[in-house]
Amino acid sequence: MPSAAIGPENAIEISGLRFGYGSHGDILAIRELNVRASQRVFVHGPSGCGKSTLLAMIGGVLAPRAGAVSILGQSLSGMASAARDRVRADHIGFIFQQFNLVPYLSVVENVSLPCRYSLRRLRRAVKADGSLEESAARLLSALGIGEALRSRKSTELSVGQQQRVAAARALIGRPELVIADEPTSSLDADRRREFIDLLLCECGRAGSTVVFVSHDASLAPHFDIAVDLQLINAAAPHSDAA
Amino acid sequence: MLHNIGNAISLVFKSLMNRRATAILTVASIAVSAGLLSVVERVRTDTQASFANTISGTDLIIGARSGDLNLLLYSVFRIGNPTNNITWESYETIGSRPEVDWTIPFSLGDAHRGYRVLATDLDYFDHYRYADRRKLAFWKGGPFATASEAVIGAEVAERLGYDVGREIIVSHGLTETSFLTHDEDPFTITGILERTGTPVDRTVHISLSGMDLIHSSGAGRVPAPVEGYEPEAITAFLVGLKSKISIFALQRYVNEFEAEPMTAVIPGVALQQLWGLIRVAEYALFGVSAMVVLASVLGLLATLLVSLNERRREMSVLRSVGARPGHIFALLLSEAAMLAFLGALSGLLLIQLGIVAIRQFALTEFGIQMSVGLRAFDFHVLAGILGIAVLVSVIPAWRAYRNSLADGLTVRL
Repeated sequence: MPSAAIGPENAIEISGLRFGYGSHGDILAIRELNVRASQRVFVHGPSGCGKSTLLAMIGGVLAPRAGAVSILGQSLSGMASAARDRVRADHIGFIFQQFNLVPYLSVVENVSLPCRYSLRRLRRAVKADGSLEESAARLLSALGIGEALRSRKSTELSVGQQQRVAAARALIGRPELVIADEPTSSLDADRRREFIDLLLCECGRAGSTVVFVSHDASLAPHFDIAVDLQLINAAAPHSDAA
Repeated sequence: MLHNIGNAISLVFKSLMNRRATAILTVASIAVSAGLLSVVERVRTDTQASFANTISGTDLIIGARSGDLNLLLYSVFRIGNPTNNITWESYETIGSRPEVDWTIPFSLGDAHRGYRVLATDLDYFDHYRYADRRKLAFWKGGPFATASEAVIGAEVAERLGYDVGREIIVSHGLTETSFLTHDEDPFTITGILERTGTPVDRTVHISLSGMDLIHSSGAGRVPAPVEGYEPEAITAFLVGLKSKISIFALQRYVNEFEAEPMTAVIPGVALQQLWGLIRVAEYALFGVSAMVVLASVLGLLATLLVSLNERRREMSVLRSVGARPGHIFALLLSEAAMLAFLGALSGLLLIQLGIVAIRQFALTEFGIQMSVGLRAFDFHVLAGILGIAVLVSVIPAWRAYRNSLADGLTVRL
């Protein structure tokens, strides 16, 4: 289990968390999970063990049945959903397995998208690079998306390129927390390593905490800490069957 | 929070362009319905205006006993046929009453190449009023002075290419291919009237003596003078009163006239009867157009609902970058509003082009003057369609909202 230290240096603090849909039983039950700021955490476990649900909880999209979730010292549990949405927009960058991009927007427009919804991230992007476009361009080059691809529609890119664009989008405006949900599962082994290296390098530069979720435990060596969700989720399927 | 509205609109627009085939079809179907609704209303008001403009300043129309509407239609609109004649004596008796200011006798029943021939006297050119009490004016020449002269309406001149001085033949009966032509007595055109936008444009005017001349036959036919000529009978006559107060009294007097059965109608009242008759058809047309609008908006609704499933991924991506469910709701609503607005606007603008294309035809064939330009009603159509579209698209917007809450950030496809 990651550091149990309490205080503002924790990017994520979870305690006594329980979640389930409707009147069904719990699918997620975590006694405690803390992630320190700037830490790179790898969360792994087989599909169906509650990984995506956990991320939706951290992102404030789903509200837990019980327990507390805090992001950067702010407790999501007591917040209205609009306020949780604000925390997500301002402080969290997301990368998903695939179909990350809005098909009708260009590469640069996709990267700038979070700054439409968060004034804070817009200001941070402008402060870092002079303008939103500059910031998007810098991140794209750092992630290996050349100038020729930037004005293309996102659907014209390869899957690997799309994932790197998604990473640039997650990083724009330097959010404190970057959450990646199986971002490499549609990439081959070489591209996978390359993508993780680029992502972690840029997150390091931005000082962002990284939560990287995958079913593939072999990726664990890239990260500071690895968490087996199946072990900490008391409601995981195997424990039900027992 | 969206930082500026331009950004939001560009997102809506790009989203629609991403599905441009369905977007264009939706816009087109809304355009058709908006155009249809506007055209129906336009034709209705323009037709009413054209009819109402045909006669002005006349207090009573008097003819042989018949329905009010029939009398109005055949005397003023040259539609249908007179049932019977009235005697000159009755005309004189009524015309000489103290409350009567002027009278115009009408004698109908002949035609020239499909255009009706109206026999009247010179009072016609002095007292007949149309539109907003406008007097007939000569574009060329002047009124007939003898029994074998004629004055033609603007459309007759234009369509048949007639000019002052030309001789024409009048046939008995109203069809173009009449067997009985009065070819012994050609008429010389002495004048062409200015265009009025009324049935006057489609009329050949001759004198009462001219009418009798072509209907008499055999030896000893001497053209009678135009002034002071007294035929035995006329078809109908228009009456102008010195004071409107006496309209009803005179109408009652005529309707109870002992010497022969007659009918007197007040033009405005008869027109109201006409509207009453037409209203059923108008309501039907209006109802059908409203249904077409409804159908097109339902099409819009169907399009949006169908798109929702394929867009779940897109919605959750927007959610992940910070869009609140309210933004998703607003995006769907704005897309519907934009489709409806573009559709209604293009429909309304397209019918303007349509009017430019058919206005001449409508004027010459039906005497209906159509004018280009958006009217108050068109803005109601625009606002109404926009309103209905936004109202029904609350359904897909609400579903997208619910989906975005339930799906969270991950949709398994």
